[in-house]
Amino acid sequence: MALQSLDIKARSATTTPPPDVRARGAVPVAKLIDISKCIGCKACQVACMEWNDLRDEVGTNAGTYDNPRDLTAQSWTVMRFSEVEVEQDRLEWLIRKDGCMHCADPGCLKACPAPGAIVQYANGIVDFHEEHCIGCGYCITGCPFNIPRISQKDSKAYKCTLCSDRVAIGLEPACIKTCPTGALVFGTKDDMVLHAEGRIADLKERGYSHAALYDPKGVGGTHVMYVLQHGDKPELYANLPRDPSISPLVSLWKGVTKPLMSFGLGLAVFAGFFHYVTAGPKEVEEEEKTD
Amino acid sequence: MQVTRRQFFRICAAGVGSSSLAALGFAPGEALAEVRAFKLARTTETRNTCPYCSVGCGLLMYSLGDNAKNTRGKIIHVEGDPDHPVNRGTLCPKGAGLLDFVNSPHRLQYPQYRAPGSKEWTRISWDDAFSRIARLMKDDRDKHFIAKNDKGETVNRWLSTGFLAASASSNETGYLTYKVVRSMGILGFDNQARV
Amino acid sequence: MTNHWVDIKNTDLVLIMGGNAAEAHPCGFKWVTEAKAHRKARLIVVDPRFTRSAAMSDFYAPIRAGSDIAFLGGVINYLLGHDRIHHEYVKHYTDFSFLVKDEFAFANGLFTGYDAEKRKYDKSSWGYQIGDDGYVRVDPTLQNPRCVYQLMKAHYSRYTPEMVATICGTPKEAFLKVCAAIADTAAPDKTMTIMYALGWTQHSVGSQMIRTGAMVQLLLGNIGVAGGGMNALRGHSNIQGLTDLGLLSNLMPGYLTLPNDAEQDYAAYVGKRTLKPLRPGQLSYWQNYPRFHVSLMKAWFGDAVTADNNWGYDWLPKLDKGYDLMQMFEDMGQGKVNGYVCQGFNPLGSAPCKVKVSNSLSKLKFMVVIDPLVTETSEFWQNHGEYNDVDPAKIQTEVFRLPSTCFAEENGSLINSGRWLQWHWKAAEPPAETLSDQEIMAGIFLRVRALYQKEGGAFPDPILNVAWKYKIPSFPSPEELAREFSGKALKDVTDPKDPGRVLVKAGEQLSGFADLRDDGSTSCGCWLFAGSWSEKGNLMARRDNADPYGVGQTLNWAYAWPANRRILYNRASCDPSGKPYDPTRAIVAWDAAAGKWGGADVPDFKIDSAPQDGMNPFIMNPEGVARFFAVDAMAEGPFPEHYEPFETPLAVNPLSPKNPEVRSNPAARVFKDIWPTLGKPDAFPYVCTTYRLTEHFHFWTQHVRLDAILQPEQFVEIGEELAKEKGIKAGDHVRVKSSHGFIVAVAVVTKRLKALTIDGRKTHTVGVPIHWGFMGLTRNGYIANTLTPYVADANSQTPEFKAFLVNLEKV
Repeated sequence: MALQSLDIKARSATTTPPPDVRARGAVPVAKLIDISKCIGCKACQVACMEWNDLRDEVGTNAGTYDNPRDLTAQSWTVMRFSEVEVEQDRLEWLIRKDGCMHCADPGCLKACPAPGAIVQYANGIVDFHEEHCIGCGYCITGCPFNIPRISQKDSKAYKCTLCSDRVAIGLEPACIKTCPTGALVFGTKDDMVLHAEGRIADLKERGYSHAALYDPKGVGGTHVMYVLQHGDKPELYANLPRDPSISPLVSLWKGVTKPLMSFGLGLAVFAGFFHYVTAGPKEVEEEEKTD
Repeated sequence: MQVTRRQFFRICAAGVGSSSLAALGFAPGEALAEVRAFKLARTTETRNTCPYCSVGCGLLMYSLGDNAKNTRGKIIHVEGDPDHPVNRGTLCPKGAGLLDFVNSPHRLQYPQYRAPGSKEWTRISWDDAFSRIARLMKDDRDKHFIAKNDKGETVNRWLSTGFLAASASSNETGYLTYKVVRSMGILGFDNQARV
Repeated sequence: MTNHWVDIKNTDLVLIMGGNAAEAHPCGFKWVTEAKAHRKARLIVVDPRFTRSAAMSDFYAPIRAGSDIAFLGGVINYLLGHDRIHHEYVKHYTDFSFLVKDEFAFANGLFTGYDAEKRKYDKSSWGYQIGDDGYVRVDPTLQNPRCVYQLMKAHYSRYTPEMVATICGTPKEAFLKVCAAIADTAAPDKTMTIMYALGWTQHSVGSQMIRTGAMVQLLLGNIGVAGGGMNALRGHSNIQGLTDLGLLSNLMPGYLTLPNDAEQDYAAYVGKRTLKPLRPGQLSYWQNYPRFHVSLMKAWFGDAVTADNNWGYDWLPKLDKGYDLMQMFEDMGQGKVNGYVCQGFNPLGSAPCKVKVSNSLSKLKFMVVIDPLVTETSEFWQNHGEYNDVDPAKIQTEVFRLPSTCFAEENGSLINSGRWLQWHWKAAEPPAETLSDQEIMAGIFLRVRALYQKEGGAFPDPILNVAWKYKIPSFPSPEELAREFSGKALKDVTDPKDPGRVLVKAGEQLSGFADLRDDGSTSCGCWLFAGSWSEKGNLMARRDNADPYGVGQTLNWAYAWPANRRILYNRASCDPSGKPYDPTRAIVAWDAAAGKWGGADVPDFKIDSAPQDGMNPFIMNPEGVARFFAVDAMAEGPFPEHYEPFETPLAVNPLSPKNPEVRSNPAARVFKDIWPTLGKPDAFPYVCTTYRLTEHFHFWTQHVRLDAILQPEQFVEIGEELAKEKGIKAGDHVRVKSSHGFIVAVAVVTKRLKALTIDGRKTHTVGVPIHWGFMGLTRNGYIANTLTPYVADANSQTPEFKAFLVNLEKV
């Protein structure tokens, strides 16, 4: 049922091409995040948790409004608050909703060694299927935005699904629907680019001469885009990467090791792989530290 | 590009993992992508209004089952009513979290009583609660009711018991509360609008 | 709100002051973003803090908490001084030309008639000159020095931009920039909306702050028009409705007022409130007071009240003074109150000066808490460590805690800020033994009544005679109650112009308050809601969101009081000839051919009164026009004057530096024991203000896991400069101490709170969000009201939560 509306474009660690006969009825969709309209109310965080049956820990306050402080396996989106004075005596409170960007060229999917654990649908959604996830954490390496998180509970990777279960039946994602100010908008990618143009014109009229759309080409464009008041300074927004690209590690695998692997590295490395599967990502990090 | 030994190992591992696992029988055919099933398919949808601030956002509340005799509906999801002229389907972080208010572990479950000087609650029946409260109120009213003031003017007021009405109870509750409280002659009567 | 949420989209300029709509009313704030997006509207925010609303603004001006009248008085001075006002509007639709009594005067910060000992005014000089014809004398040329225009101009001439900067700390350029933007909306085809909330109400001069805002709007002709208005954003989902229904110490449903002791005679009581027109040809709608009153008494007591017993007049309790919440806790502290019922109200959190509230509650013999949740109030007697350090053994109060349903488990209506009565439907069964509020009220009442029937007792008459004809007496249904407050005919209601014609048959629901009669033939529990459940059915449950005129007036969505009008005073959107000032935003207009008013909204006017008849738009006032001069309606005076908060960093009121009596509101009630408790700037040098966060709702969502995750722990906000001075870093724990107590919380150090220069001295502000307590799923915290003084507004007795003094230290 779901597959009819969400045709598969790509699957992790899979050489078999997906069925490709349909005329791509599913048009590419996009979420547009207009930071100039975002009040940081965190309704999207709540809607995300509520819809996806997640409940993060009740944490502490670390002296900021950011809470939860970072993305977790239970918090697939968080607000990042920045107080900046781009112009003298003109304070701005820039609040960026952080979460999966649903890259057209998804580094996570490229890096993922588990067949079918990461799927890209024809409409652009990049979805994790945790039942196939082996918890290796490669998706984190592959992600230029540092989004996926491995759960402490089941050692599997989690992130925003763009509410693929809602989109599959024709609904908008939960965060989009709830957004009180209309900072979040959802539609076809083309419509969202158009909408952004209107917003950028409005911002320019209000004195934000560098207002721009953030749809970075280094990852083939994204299905989650930002309207930035200061398009020339993305780093103002809690270090939004200026020019994100897929980690060279993933490119290397794609370009060099793939043919090599078939001949040489075979079983020895295969054992190493299963080490990841059984020991989990935490130990991987420890190993890395010893390097 | 610098690649450390460990990184190289990881790259290779990734490469082997992908192709080799597939070759060894973890066939993509078994890894069919399937989105999570849509959880509201046959739930019952009820229209309501958010009880928090005064925007009065429209809500859709989804509860288990179809109201058949043998089901007990429990709310499993709340979202905004797209038909509502004000919120048009949107909800703020409080409204979007109403599910956890309705189902809060801090909802009261049954009447409780705390005796003078006691450190704890005891469970009581509604009948006991109502009867005891009525007794206390009547005794206090009978003792302290002021029918006439010092000048002999008819004032018919009861000042030694007060009532604070709610902030989110319905008009129907408010109207009934008004009738009850004022009929007894209570003047110390306010609602949350006062503060 | 004079207007409503969706209507904000029609504005050209939004002024958010005394509120923080983006934070506290996010889904309503969307209509600000719509106005910005679709009308190129501008948003100005004036606030002590750079709030979430400020983050969305085109211009932000800082202001010291508690100084808003000085700021707005400065705006009035700017508008009058630069003559940037809507001339035709103020001339025809306000009291500009009305002459004031010669005895009325203002000097040294006081109006005539002040009694320092009683802290009250003799208001006899605060009135109009009345001519021999019984009407107010006017001077249409506005030259008479006793006309309201001239008096007002003189009064506010003292509010110069320099004075504004001195009192408010708002830089002169920023203030003038705000003035210029506001002044642009004096054009007949431009408008501004003012959105305010508890940031104006919670001051010792709160009511007058709101009045000053309304005066600005009247000068600009922005009341009664689409996209304009004075828009109070109420803090809770139904305090609008509960206030409309008279659940306040001095009120009855529909803003009818309880009699005071001296009003022993029914005819005099009702006559005093039946206001006769003060100008020729005016409607003066309160002339209908007897119809509203008698219909209420019939709904309340049924057949037991008749003309013979003055419709049960003696059954109404009479007031010798106000018995508002703070008066009650004062009396409770003195041992004069034995019983208290808290229905969905958490006064330990919501009332000022927690220690006083706690001590007062401890003197009760019994307390009843009716609530869906475990409130702090219900456990005031329990030791919760540092957060509620009491000894249960010493507290002799019997406490009952009764579980009530929440919105999701009942049918009923709530009234939003736009005055919409919206019906909701039950979606689930309540938990365990929980009962509805109606069942709980009935449970208590029926047992009290049974005791009186059995035993007799003190004046049982009103209790025994309450009309209680509900099908299930122990559970009056929401539908029965809604029909009752909407009203029905007890006998056939006939057309006064044609007595043979029956308008409403006996037993039928009334179609509106025009059907009400004062002869006992109609019953209506709240005249404002009359017609909400008519013979057409439950109009509150309507769900047609069509907006045929495109101006956001969805007349078939729910029901708005009064008479389904969506924008109050909407006649004022048209010029005296009945043509809309701005045809692109027309809401009503005079249709000469049809001989009546009509349009996108329900006219707030006598529908067939032709423009040439000269009836004016403010039909609830006996003058027919809006008042700049408040006559005797306010406690402090007919024109708002700036007074300092009771806890102020200033030694004197800069407007009247020589009169110590007027540093703070001279007409505010201050209980004797409170004076010495008020904090002084030497010990408590920082201005403090309390407020909500968008992630939480009051003291409820501390019990909601999803919201507890968003803001898990109590914090206070401190500017970077002050933090540096005190050696405080973000994340440190700090102790905030006032004259009334202390709290300990995490410090959020921010650029959003900047020091202001007040009267030449650098003044810091500390921000204290409310929301935390000792019963939630959030981390335990201190009740914010531990810090607040026990003083309040002179008119509404709303506590001064928004401006007081504290000190601060790193823990």
